Amino acid sequence: MARTKANANANPKRISLEEIARILERYDIIELEDVKINGDLEIELAVGGVTIPPSIAQALQSIISVPAPAKELELISTKFEVAKTEWNGQIEEVTIGATPADGGSREVTVTIGGEKALPFYNFDYQMPHPPVISVDCFDMPISLAKAVREHYEDVMEDPGEWAKKNVREFGADMVTIHLISTDPMIKDTPAREAAKTVEEVLQAVKVPIVIGGSGNPDKDPEVLEAAAEAAEGERCLIASANLNMDYERIAKAALKHGHVILSWTQLDINAQKTLNRYLFKMGVPREDIVIDPTTAALGYGLDYAFTNIERMRISALKGDTDLAFPISCGITNAWGAREAWMKNSPIKEDSDWGPAVYRGPLYEIMTGLTLGIAGGDVFMMMHPKAAAAVKKVTRMLFGAKDTEDKGKKVKIEDWVTWEE
Amino acid sequence: MKLNSPMEVWKYLPGTNCKACGEKTCLAFASLLLERKKKLEECPPLFEPEYAEKGKKLAELLAPEVKEVEIGVGESARKIGGEDVMHRHERTFFNRTALAYDVWDTMKEEELRERVRKITDWKKFYVGEFLKVDAIAIRSVSGEAKTFAGCVKRVAEETDFPLVLCSFNAKVIEEGLKEVSDRKPLIYAADKENWKEFLEIAKRYKVPVVLFSPDLDMLNSLAVTFSSAGVEDIVLDPGTYPEGEGLQQTFSRFVRIRRAGIMEGNKGIAYPLMSVPMSAWMIHEDGDKAENRLEASYWEAIIADLFIIKYADIMVLHSIEPHSLIPERTLVANIYTDPRRPVSVEPGLREIGNPTEKSPLFVTTNFALTYYTVESDISSNKIDSYLMVVDSEGIGVESAVAGGQLNAESFKDALESFKVEDKVKHKTMVIPGLAARLSGETEDVTGWTVLVGPRDSGRIPDWMDKNWPPETVS
Repeated sequence: MARTKANANANPKRISLEEIARILERYDIIELEDVKINGDLEIELAVGGVTIPPSIAQALQSIISVPAPAKELELISTKFEVAKTEWNGQIEEVTIGATPADGGSREVTVTIGGEKALPFYNFDYQMPHPPVISVDCFDMPISLAKAVREHYEDVMEDPGEWAKKNVREFGADMVTIHLISTDPMIKDTPAREAAKTVEEVLQAVKVPIVIGGSGNPDKDPEVLEAAAEAAEGERCLIASANLNMDYERIAKAALKHGHVILSWTQLDINAQKTLNRYLFKMGVPREDIVIDPTTAALGYGLDYAFTNIERMRISALKGDTDLAFPISCGITNAWGAREAWMKNSPIKEDSDWGPAVYRGPLYEIMTGLTLGIAGGDVFMMMHPKAAAAVKKVTRMLFGAKDTEDKGKKVKIEDWVTWEE
Repeated sequence: MKLNSPMEVWKYLPGTNCKACGEKTCLAFASLLLERKKKLEECPPLFEPEYAEKGKKLAELLAPEVKEVEIGVGESARKIGGEDVMHRHERTFFNRTALAYDVWDTMKEEELRERVRKITDWKKFYVGEFLKVDAIAIRSVSGEAKTFAGCVKRVAEETDFPLVLCSFNAKVIEEGLKEVSDRKPLIYAADKENWKEFLEIAKRYKVPVVLFSPDLDMLNSLAVTFSSAGVEDIVLDPGTYPEGEGLQQTFSRFVRIRRAGIMEGNKGIAYPLMSVPMSAWMIHEDGDKAENRLEASYWEAIIADLFIIKYADIMVLHSIEPHSLIPERTLVANIYTDPRRPVSVEPGLREIGNPTEKSPLFVTTNFALTYYTVESDISSNKIDSYLMVVDSEGIGVESAVAGGQLNAESFKDALESFKVEDKVKHKTMVIPGLAARLSGETEDVTGWTVLVGPRDSGRIPDWMDKNWPPETVS
């Protein structure tokens, strides 16, 4: 009886030649490779009346007489396949800015949202619009990290010039004017005066603008109301309505004067749903809402911001219409991270931190890109290099044809032998 | 992993509550198994004939969807892969992306040793611990087996870190491997040309191996071929194109491979993934050197950012400048922390160093990130003091002031419930600079003197030089 090496170590099992023949025939086997027969054995062909086809006889012969050549390894050829993920929900498409045809004076408008898949998952569904960058300016000189300040020193006194520089030199798709001087703790600038600043900025640039308050919950409704009126018909993004303030007054002003409203909550999905429902109840159309679920800096809560945005986006794609809105992220918050601006580490045991001017922009870039991967559609940013880098990489991932691709010219596996 | 609740796990355990694992009940052990805080081997009865069947089944059901591969040995060994979910909020990502920084075999010896030491010794304090990077990738630029082996030897002398040996030439890899065969290095890489030799080496030396191919049919075929041949410690590199459409497609490949592994249970491709952000350097070679290096390091960090989030389990990077290491390693920490861990610490009065009744009283919130930052800034600068941790519902200072969770009343409640007056006789507190607007009201409500500290606790030492002790204390 023949015993193959394969089952020599497993449960010893007797197998008759007749069975071998049947097995070989069933699988259409004409030759057995890599089979060694151990010990002395005798095989009588055609025992017990079994007729063995010549091919099988040959196969058996190959087992018995000729040692099989060492098996030439062969690649097991397979296909890689994976299904698309299809979602029921779709993110609302929102346009910011209005051209003269629509009652505004913008030369260009910006459209965001419309996604039916996770950000940059073009293999599931082509992302309809690339994310956009809105570069910040303020209505008064403010304290900024050195790496940021050096780019704005010449325009800090003049919001109009500041806004112009953002578009002309830093490629801003939009400009955000923060009316921070209106805070009673800062300058308590009257709402009427703040509205003039807004007019100035609208005249200075032709891109859509975002109008931000000071963050003071008592003063902002009044300030944003006046600003909305001054910017009548321009379809600005009014930033922002929040549950801790008279959001109704802000939403009403946005509705009345034809603007988009930014619905801002603090890292809380349920609060975001609640505020959005209040806005629906007030009659704010869905295409007039953008949400800001709060941005935290790299190292300072970015994990919460990332997951909060990612969860909102996934819920929206699954069909939660309360959350199916484009997302705006205040990436400038990245500069709150001490690593972005502090000269040396306050922790004595830390390895050297190197020059702060190199760290800061990268903190802003990585905070922005990370939240872009989570679901961000609008990035409010500040450092020119950071704004340009986030724009470049998100456009590449979006699939814009205008991006460079030197990568095509390099053999990527050559990184192994690459020399500076 | 196919099981979702402790009860489901419990069904496969003996259910005798024998306590051999150190837990009081089988159910408690079950929930720790689920969290990967205990191993099956810690339940001896499960390996007795009576339960062996169940034990075997449980091992299968508990196995992570993506194969877990270990590189290196001893304390610095790192597990990569072993993931079960596509999004961290679905449970958590388990094994953080291992960051490997490169050295190459044409470096001068002193330069090489110094770079290895720099990578190995680098550390950065973050939320209660020091972050470190994970591995060293050694590239064979020379293509000479002897040169490479010498380089590997010297690197191994300087560091305990796991090593990644990089060359597409199997002979070069084998010479290097001979120097560190007991260190379980990862070898890079088998491709469609050289895979037979790499398979042979991986088998002979029992080391994990990277398979490289941007063609996913080929990558899948290589993986199936290796695993059929008994080599299961596999890492896959689908190629990292640094720019443009190539980068977009690279992103797509990483996501689709992981999706096939986790969502579709395609075991043939459910292995850890490797990304090579250092490919950014190959497209930044012209122009002014310093400016160009900065650009390249930024672009490298951008690619790293993408693939730290989307599924690279190990990556090879080139820049070891602080501006690269700090944000890259911090992002890994952020994405790979367990999102279910509490975001707050216990409110209370902490003593830092050996405070006396004349020591300063600092105030902060109970948001974990804020607390650990402030605590370490004060203790690392050896300032004997009290730190009053106020309940802000786990929210940081700036947001809590804006949101009303931190106000004059919460300071008053904290002073009373922690009986601060028993220890701090000077009735003066230092509040965070970001809570400056609360100072007046807090003085009115508490009757204490309120000093406004710096906006960042890293500046407390400077602040102390200028402001401490105040008249109220001395």
